[in-house]
Amino acid sequence: MTLEISGLKVSIGGKEILRGVDLGLAAGRVHGLAGESGSGKTMTGLAVLGLLPHGARASGTVRLGERDLLALPAKELNRVRGGEVAMVFQDPATSLHPMLTIGRQLTEHMRHHLRLGRTEAKERAVELLGKVRIPGPAQAYGRFPHQFSGGMRQRIAIAIALACSPKVLIADEPTTALDVTVQAGVLRLLRGLCDELGLAVLLVTHDLGVMSAVADEVSVMKDGLVVESGPRGRVLREPAHAYTRSLLGSLPGAGTAEPGGPGDPGGPGAGPAPEGER
Amino acid sequence: MSLLSVDDLVVEHRSPGRPAVRAVAGASLTVSAGEVVGLVGESGCGKSTLARAVCGLNPVTAGSITFDGQPVTPLGLRRRRLTGIQMVFQDPYASLNPRRLVGDQVADGLRTARDTVTSPADLLERVGLPREFAGRHPHEFSGGQRQRIAIARALAARPRLLIGDEPISALDASAQSQVARLMRDLAVDAGAGLLFISHDLSVVRLIADRIAVMYLGRIVEVGDTAEVWADPRHPYTKALLRAIPKPDGMGVLPAELPGDVPDPVNPPQGCRFHPRCPHVMDVCRGKEPDFGPVACWLHEPR
Ligand SMILES: Nc1ncnc2c1ncn2[C@@H]1O[C@H](COP(=O)(O)OP(=O)(O)O)[C@@H](O)[C@H]1O
Ligand SMILES: Nc1ncnc2c1ncn2[C@@H]1O[C@H](COP(=O)(O)OP(=O)(O)O)[C@@H](O)[C@H]1O
Ligand SMILES: [Mg+2]
Ligand SMILES: [Mg+2]
Repeated sequence: MTLEISGLKVSIGGKEILRGVDLGLAAGRVHGLAGESGSGKTMTGLAVLGLLPHGARASGTVRLGERDLLALPAKELNRVRGGEVAMVFQDPATSLHPMLTIGRQLTEHMRHHLRLGRTEAKERAVELLGKVRIPGPAQAYGRFPHQFSGGMRQRIAIAIALACSPKVLIADEPTTALDVTVQAGVLRLLRGLCDELGLAVLLVTHDLGVMSAVADEVSVMKDGLVVESGPRGRVLREPAHAYTRSLLGSLPGAGTAEPGGPGDPGGPGAGPAPEGER
Repeated sequence: MSLLSVDDLVVEHRSPGRPAVRAVAGASLTVSAGEVVGLVGESGCGKSTLARAVCGLNPVTAGSITFDGQPVTPLGLRRRRLTGIQMVFQDPYASLNPRRLVGDQVADGLRTARDTVTSPADLLERVGLPREFAGRHPHEFSGGQRQRIAIARALAARPRLLIGDEPISALDASAQSQVARLMRDLAVDAGAGLLFISHDLSVVRLIADRIAVMYLGRIVEVGDTAEVWADPRHPYTKALLRAIPKPDGMGVLPAELPGDVPDPVNPPQGCRFHPRCPHVMDVCRGKEPDFGPVACWLHEPR
């Protein structure tokens, strides 16, 4: 395992938010983390990155090679974050500075973490923009975030995350804000980068379709605990836990045929609707 | 006769010193009483502009909008409330006043309908919320709950047409289908029409009787929901459906539709979809297919 989370507990103001999470991320594999909103998915990612909200207390271990990230001094953790462990969020605006060109944002990161020279950094930045399939990477280098569409901005955020050749990528709902057509492209990109670069990816998503498309392993969270974990095919087709079944049951397409295929009863009223949101 | 009839509608956004943005470029659509029509398409296709024009919030450049036999003209906010059209917006955080009690905001809608019998708490109950919520402030609630409050307020005005502009996009998955179904049930029970805008076809499919697919200012396909879902005909509709990843555990990556929605300031010649279309033919580059129900040269009516 590239990254191993064991017995991770997080509490804020006396409230236990994570109650002993176990998760392992392996190189070249996408580990999907599902569960309803409030179940603790984002908090799990933030704990790995050492970005927990003020006043949060964490215990357990987050092992990256020989080190326990939870026990690392702030300065060393800073080096890990953005270096060996990188992140992408739902809203690309979180990772992009609106007033700086994307080239500057890419190279600053590399010069800081990898101590590259100016020319070298620029070359690598243009190469990365090409890798995430930004059209005309050399021209794009000098543009500002607002000059790109939402899908392109998320690709740029991914390029920045990849700038320092991380071993682990944590992607928290990276396609939730995008059109399905754009989402398809970003999912293909993520899967390709994972395979090509041997990244260990934690993909947080509430969308089980997204999960099914790119994850190798799937874990399902509920109330701060992982309640089910296993290979994608098994968890999605033969869920062992009642909660996973209820998540699958609340899907729009539950129990009916696929789009564009014959024999679809269609119409309203598919699947039971569990009392989810409160 | 349809409750709402949009005919060859053109809506332009004008700002000084800039070229006009023709966001709706000859779109036609109808919604009947008691009918749910889903309007889908990628962002930037003109769905919101069309919806706002129907509410009288965007001036009409050409074509017409008829509601209940009367032409819709740009209106002040107060008079708009009296027309029988209500809209629910994407962001329930922005559309509710954080400083006013939930009950008072719902009561605004009741006043519009001159309804002195129903109480705000009755409406909250109808959208599946506890009656006590009337005495609280919006910030105490989750996104899904706030959207239910916004729906209660819209329904209080007894609209004959309810428009939801991406009303579920900001909610999480489990809340999305619940809120979508709620809007459908309430609108249909009241005999009102519902125009439900979303970029998520898999949810629209759950609640719409008909689906209209919009691309760069035009409706490119209209049809019964089950038919469009099972047998999409326009290449754009096919691409939208193929891009939805299926939760079947098979690890199949969804198909990508390359390219972006073009800038409406400078739309492509001929068929607006031709630069992204996998089936593009010579005729598509030169002539716009201006017919329905499938605006595609592969599906020209004979
Ligand atoms: N800054 C915070 N302070 C206190 N509680 C928080 C904070 N952020 C999140 N929480 C709580 O932690 C729980 C888990 O949240 P989160 O990890 O964001 O869930 P998810 O990503 O699965 O939707 C929720 O109950 C949420 O209310
Ligand atoms: N107020 C405005 N001024 C100028 N252009 C606008 C304005 N509102 C929308 N547009 C443009 O009109 C087009 C359609 O936008 P919109 O109706 O919001 O589409 P959708 O709701 O389908 O995403 C887009 O190209 C958008 O940039
Ligand atoms: Mg989250
Ligand atoms: Mg819109």
